[in-house]
Amino acid sequence: MATDWYMYLLYFLIFPGFIFSLLVGLLAVWIDRKVTARIQWRVGPPLLQPVYDLVKLIGKEVLLPVGAQPLVFLFAPLVGLAGAVLAAFLLGSVNFLQSSFVGDLIVLVYLLFLPSLAIIIGGSASGNPISAIGSSREMKLILAYELPLALAVITVIINAGFTLNLNNIVAGPGAASVSGFLALLVTLICVQAKLAVVPFDIPEAETEIMEGPLVEYSGLPLAIFKTMEALLLYILPLYVITLFLGGLGEGWWMLLGVLKYVLLLVIIILIKNTNPRLRIDQAVNFFWTKVTALALIAAGLAALGEIYGVSWL
Amino acid sequence: MNWKERLARWGIKRSPWVYHVNTGACNNCDIEILDVLCPRFDAERFGIKLVGTPRHADVLLVSGPVTRHTEQPLRDAYEATPKPCAVVAFGACGCSSGIFKDGLNVNGTVDRVIREEDPEAIITYVPGCPPRPEAIISAAVKTLEAL
Ligand code: SF4
Repeated sequence: MATDWYMYLLYFLIFPGFIFSLLVGLLAVWIDRKVTARIQWRVGPPLLQPVYDLVKLIGKEVLLPVGAQPLVFLFAPLVGLAGAVLAAFLLGSVNFLQSSFVGDLIVLVYLLFLPSLAIIIGGSASGNPISAIGSSREMKLILAYELPLALAVITVIINAGFTLNLNNIVAGPGAASVSGFLALLVTLICVQAKLAVVPFDIPEAETEIMEGPLVEYSGLPLAIFKTMEALLLYILPLYVITLFLGGLGEGWWMLLGVLKYVLLLVIIILIKNTNPRLRIDQAVNFFWTKVTALALIAAGLAALGEIYGVSWL
Repeated sequence: MNWKERLARWGIKRSPWVYHVNTGACNNCDIEILDVLCPRFDAERFGIKLVGTPRHADVLLVSGPVTRHTEQPLRDAYEATPKPCAVVAFGACGCSSGIFKDGLNVNGTVDRVIREEDPEAIITYVPGCPPRPEAIISAAVKTLEAL
């Protein structure tokens, strides 16, 4: 088990860490734009479009707005990217290398919070009223969806026999019980909000507050934020697969895993393209009443099933 | 030209993000711009995307004769756009103030204002009242060639 430090570095930087997840994430962005275009009877962008976007943004000038706090403004994207890459590395090593440690589920839940935090910090540091509005909306949205998301995680933990180890959770029952299925539904809704896509793209609402917290970003920092969003598009479906759908699998089962991933991605895109945007109060209301109730029922059922030994609950 | 600018110019040709500035247009041009993004013409094939803020933009699409109230905002929008970027003077109004040329609150054309800000600016002109979507796409191609 003696893995040398440079192997860890390779794992982190290339596979299953940064480079690999970036490539998958960019592919996911392309799938997103292409499917969206096909839904609207358009042709859509070419395969390399997300790469072109990133290269161009890296080459463009970086402008500092007058009212901004420069240090925080420039470092916020790095914080978000670091969180996203670490989360991708953690999920990747569980799914591809079958290596995990006790408590990595908790670490993962915290890491998934970092990108949203980076957006809030960056938005607040840019000294623009519009990005301030965007940041405050993002904050409210986080307050709304974190509770049901955590309840769904608790349901998974109970169902898998009180384990905090992602490898055991992958081997656990996942969504193959009533409570597991309810938790899957809750998580899917929360993932929609975590990605900040329609119907929960309230913080970025292009048509009302012009991309919200990102309004003042240009050039390289914007490219880092776009990279982070691409990574999230890879991480969050993988998170759902790991917790509920039995992981990506090994060997030839990996093909089935890829199918699961693409299916989840297309479901997210379809929800995004067939729904209008909610107002922030409607979204908070929705999460705190309906979704939280559903998550509570799921956790309760899981606990009951555990106490009375009923496996299908 | 350093490597960064070369990278940007290479990228802009493949993914021009457009910010639309209305400096007092009669709204006809603006509707025609949206037409280009519709299924029939689908500008996203070339990576063209409308963005919500000049900070993300590579191309400023300016429609309208530049009225007294919109001159300063136009200057600000150009200042806020990261360079390299291009400006498209859109419609008869954008090119020459059009039928509003002698209006009492019309300050002058897009190119005059932009040139005062930056004499080196890349400006293309798309005549028409309003220009047809085909003309818009051909203008986009010419603008990107000029970069
Ligand atoms: S060019 Fe014609 S259509 Fe366009 S803003 Fe001027 S008057 Fe309106």
